[in-house]
Amino acid sequence: MSGIEIEGLNVWFGEYEERVDAVKNAKLSVPKGGSFGLVGESGSGKSTILRAIMGLAPTWSGKIDILGKPVETPRSRDFYRAVQMVFQDPYASLHPRHSVDQVLSETLSLHGFKDIDTRISKLLDDVGLGPSFRFRYPHQLSGGQRQRVAIARALAPEPQILLLDEPTSALDVSVQAEILNLLTDLRAEHKLTYLMVSHDLAVVGHICHDIAVMQLGEIVETLGVEDMRAMRTEHPYTKHLLESSLQSAAR
Amino acid sequence: MSKLLEVENLWVKFPTRNGVFDAVRGVSFSLGQERLGIVGESGSGKSMTGRAILRLIRPPGMIEADKMELEGVDLLGRSEREMRKVRGQQISMIMQDPKFSLNPVMRVGAQISEAYRLHAKVSKKEAKRKAIAMLEAVAIRDPERVYRMFPHEVSGGMGQRIMIAMMLIPDPKIMIADEPTSALDVSVQMQVLEIMDKLVKDRGMGLIFISHDLNLVSSFCDRVLIMYAGRVVETLPADKLHEAQHPYTRGLLNSLPRLDAPKERLDVLQRDPAWATEESVSG
Repeated sequence: MSGIEIEGLNVWFGEYEERVDAVKNAKLSVPKGGSFGLVGESGSGKSTILRAIMGLAPTWSGKIDILGKPVETPRSRDFYRAVQMVFQDPYASLHPRHSVDQVLSETLSLHGFKDIDTRISKLLDDVGLGPSFRFRYPHQLSGGQRQRVAIARALAPEPQILLLDEPTSALDVSVQAEILNLLTDLRAEHKLTYLMVSHDLAVVGHICHDIAVMQLGEIVETLGVEDMRAMRTEHPYTKHLLESSLQSAAR
Repeated sequence: MSKLLEVENLWVKFPTRNGVFDAVRGVSFSLGQERLGIVGESGSGKSMTGRAILRLIRPPGMIEADKMELEGVDLLGRSEREMRKVRGQQISMIMQDPKFSLNPVMRVGAQISEAYRLHAKVSKKEAKRKAIAMLEAVAIRDPERVYRMFPHEVSGGMGQRIMIAMMLIPDPKIMIADEPTSALDVSVQMQVLEIMDKLVKDRGMGLIFISHDLNLVSSFCDRVLIMYAGRVVETLPADKLHEAQHPYTRGLLNSLPRLDAPKERLDVLQRDPAWATEESVSG
């Protein structure tokens, strides 16, 4: 069964002469349990695809199927139970006046869970934070710890699909390694499907099996990670991206 | 090689409610006409070192050093007024994000010529001519048009090139670049770096390049200082970075995912408390 199936997706902002087409005729398919990466420079529309899936982009057309079913507008509670998102900046995506306990228990009670207390300890454990973090506020956590809380919040409704929007770009490289390892472990443990956005090809290459390259709102090429490593690409833009990221990594 | 800048035993201290916090602890280095990279994680004191050289640490923060000299002339004892002559004219600094460094309500060209006219006594017309030439030097096509634009009308990469133009126009001896490309896309990054590299080389300036990106620094600089917890733990020629000895440097290098060498799990940096207390290495 397919996890995410997108065809002919268009997303635009504004009307008439002010209309900006952020995503044009995008097509991608992620099998259940797969991991798919979207790369491209800022403004290429990669995050917009994630936002369209989540129902955060108001104007779109085309087909978005999640777990074999087309999405409803507005998205149902069942949808948010199956699909969750981790945002880019953990400094901005956590409520500064809510403790970790409040963040997680609110999500859990919204989704109708009863055994909230045991679930919170389990979630904190899953993301590698001890029980001592439970009553802390975001300002008492480091960047990496915040991103762990954001991941725990996303895992709370026991989703099958996680959308990751640049989950490590605001973090130091040493912390990035921890978070990437955590994401690898969680995917194996919970059989999750990932759709990840990043501008860092090495990060996407580490997490994802298939990669789509975007430029100016269009997916210009979709390729497997092995092809990407071997530089077997057809599109000149993909080649340019790969070269500039290998250039900084090789020496 | 003549020394442009010499720093000995530099400390940056911030008094807090729980005692004095040392952001930079005994850093020594010297800079000639070369490209010196300073690498470290957030909170390692790399940016503070850069700001301390220009004495841009706000009170109650304090700067202490045994020696901080620009071409043999002391920087520490100067008055604020004298420092203002140093900033921009002799040592200039490029910050991380052009969005926050450019004045949003002033045309780009006016900002560049203002920077020039502050340091050189020239007519407005001459300043404009010079500013346009400078915009051309940072590979901006159609500099006449960009000269009249407002900062919100230019892209991030172009904004950073405008910043470089503005910083280079008074012809400083040293340029400090604090994460000049981390707000930019990978494809634009290289272009901006190449422009900076060329200009620095042509003018025989000294460059201090502050970044968290090890690979970028090693491909771009001549020498690298690696900072951890306010100290320099290791100093290396940039092309020998991959032969680094210190476990912290090794840990940082190994924690990077690599396109050409895939692995199942990434190595996680194991921190040794001894790293924070070791003597600082001078570079």
